[in-house]
Amino acid sequence: MTMLKIENLHAEVGGREVLKGINLTVKAGEVHAVMGPNGSGKSTLSYVLAGRPGYEVTKGKVTFLGQDLLALAPEGRAAAGMFLAFQYPVEIPGVSTTMFLKTALNAVRKARGEKEFSPVDFLKLQKEKMAQLGMDAEMLKRGVNVGFSGGEKKRNEALQMAMLAPKLAILDETDSGLDIDALKVVAEGVNALRSKDRAFLVITHYQRLLKHIKPDIVHVLADGKIRKTGGPELALELEDKGYAEYTGDAALRAGDKSI
Amino acid sequence: MPIAPETLLDKKYEAGFVTEIESDRAPKGLSEDIVRLISAKKDEPEWLLAQRLKAYKHWLDMPEPRWAKVSFPPIDYQDAYYYAAPKTATKPKSLDEVDPKLLETYKKLGIPLREQEMLAGVAVDAVFDSVSVATTFREKLADAGVIFCSISEAVRKYPELVQKYLGSVVPYTDNKHACLNAAVFTDGTFVYIPEGVRCPMELSTYFRINEAKTGQFERTLIVAEKGSYVSYLEGCTAPMRDENQLHAAVVELIAMEDAEIKYSTVQNWYPGDENGKGGIYNFVTKRGICKGARSKISWTQVETGSAITWKYPSCILQGDDSVGEFYSVALTNNYQQADTGTKMIHIGKNTKSRIISKGISAGHSNNTYRGLVRISGRAENARNFTQCDSLLIGHECGAHTVPYIENKNMSAMLEHEASTSKIGEDQLFYCRQRGIGEEGAVALIVNGFCREVLQQMPMEFAVEAQKLVAISLEGAVG
Ligand SMILES: Nc1ncnc2c1ncn2[C@@H]1O[C@H](COP(=O)(O)OP(=O)(O)OP(=O)(O)O)[C@@H](O)[C@H]1O
Ligand SMILES: [Mg+2]
Repeated sequence: MTMLKIENLHAEVGGREVLKGINLTVKAGEVHAVMGPNGSGKSTLSYVLAGRPGYEVTKGKVTFLGQDLLALAPEGRAAAGMFLAFQYPVEIPGVSTTMFLKTALNAVRKARGEKEFSPVDFLKLQKEKMAQLGMDAEMLKRGVNVGFSGGEKKRNEALQMAMLAPKLAILDETDSGLDIDALKVVAEGVNALRSKDRAFLVITHYQRLLKHIKPDIVHVLADGKIRKTGGPELALELEDKGYAEYTGDAALRAGDKSI
Repeated sequence: MPIAPETLLDKKYEAGFVTEIESDRAPKGLSEDIVRLISAKKDEPEWLLAQRLKAYKHWLDMPEPRWAKVSFPPIDYQDAYYYAAPKTATKPKSLDEVDPKLLETYKKLGIPLREQEMLAGVAVDAVFDSVSVATTFREKLADAGVIFCSISEAVRKYPELVQKYLGSVVPYTDNKHACLNAAVFTDGTFVYIPEGVRCPMELSTYFRINEAKTGQFERTLIVAEKGSYVSYLEGCTAPMRDENQLHAAVVELIAMEDAEIKYSTVQNWYPGDENGKGGIYNFVTKRGICKGARSKISWTQVETGSAITWKYPSCILQGDDSVGEFYSVALTNNYQQADTGTKMIHIGKNTKSRIISKGISAGHSNNTYRGLVRISGRAENARNFTQCDSLLIGHECGAHTVPYIENKNMSAMLEHEASTSKIGEDQLFYCRQRGIGEEGAVALIVNGFCREVLQQMPMEFAVEAQKLVAISLEGAVG
């Protein structure tokens, strides 16, 4: 079943075209990795999919679980089952992670016409997911991401993903800032969520994450377009050779080889 | 299209309804005769009438305070009523005797007396315009020796106590608004906690202005004897009306040795409409004195209403080692103006004060923190910590911080922190990505900003205050 279908997506940010015709199809059960040089538009793609204000789609179409994704507000996309683990998680002083998660979870459930969690059920679920990710309960009492280390912030993103149990999770460099043990824990968290009706779009610069989260398909995003698509071996090749092949004139000659 | 955060702040004033009820009003205007009439209506002793008249005469020549950063046309004191009482309110002995319409009013405000009576263990002294109409839990409090009644009743039943303390913290000469109150106050609350008694429940009063063109001048007096403790909450709402109504209350707190008074306010008076028409002028004088050693007075306020708020709950730290605290959230929107803060007057040795102020401004509103910390010459080792944070929503509002420090003792340690911030687009988007709608996101972020203050409120009221902040932020989305 097709979960996400992106067709000829063009988008501008700050008056500049950053996405220049993205085509990408993700089926349920699949894990896609997106790799590419700095500034190539990976985070932009994730923001456009999540509906961030200021990221303007100028052309193209995105279908998510049969719906016109671009017509939905960000919170509507979340309710439809889309989750974005931010490259730079945001701090919200004075709002504990527990409070934040409870508000989010119940908002999503309400939007889906489901019953809100009782405080007891919520805390039970949170405790379970927290333990899986080796997180400290004390952290969840602090303001969301306030005073968290880089790695703690990423773990917190993983916790939120686990709690919200999305249909499609976009992980924007969730591996950066994680130490080796944390990387494993977070990867295990992702793997635990892998199922035939869930999909992942994993943005990363490093093969090491893909050792733990085995992708089905790997894409190279350069200068706003998907320049190449392949299997897991593509990631190894990139680690070896870098992106020289996909940037500058070579890339333009190569044209659009995305599926 | 995303909606600009400022449009989320269009308030729906949920308490804006008028109860149709016959009322007993004094003629319009203010004069010596009106003062006499109020006193006569209340069957007051001679000394109180004399005090009122003294205040009235003083008031006539007193200039209005003009230093606050608020502006409004001159108040026509002759164009208002100074006494109004619901006709049916002839001293009900129980809730059953209370006009069902009044109870309905309270229900709409979210204070079902009966339910509170049964469930929450909260004693509510509800003031409907000028006369106290329902008092619950009197008996349980009486068992503990606590006096919790309307000030009029206190004048009749405990004249010595009232005479001793009334005006002892806020003299009628203090300022024009307090002076007016001293002349025409109609009702309010009296609390007396005897030595060593921990008040067995939170005490709470809801004030409500119902009559059109009625100023409300309530008077609150709380005396906590040696080693006692009381936590008191007042909540205020008023119906929507086009004209501006004056509210000039006076609150006096007295804490003896080792006593503690916690005074919390949730103020939700009608703020006027989105063009700045109507709304309450909230000119309030609140002051507490820590008379005894190691006594403590703590003010917590959540101010979301009123067209103009002019209010500085203060502490006179007279006893050695006494502590004063001020925790404030002031939220202004549209054309609201708030000039609020505190005064901490350190007189005793080792006195400590703590000021946490959170101002949120949106729309075209103006929000000013104004605070004075005064350390007298004999206040050895006094300490003050002040933190003032402002949150701006939109581009047309103003936030101002005006701290005054007067230090006459070199051993004092004073700290002051201040910050101004905006709700970030990134914060909003982060919340929304997690499924929280725009309104909910703003409410969540603002509540987070206020957390340090909200957590000072008694549990059950913190939840209410949080809801109020959310309601005040509710807007025209969708
Ligand atoms: N608000 C903005 N205004 C102008 N340009 C922007 C804005 N946001 C992003 N860009 C530009 O868009 C391009 C793509 O940025 P993006 O963050 O998507 O890159 P990325 O592939 O995620 O890079 P990295 O690997 O470093 O995370 C960059 O050149 C960036 O400078
Ligand atoms: Mg990026």
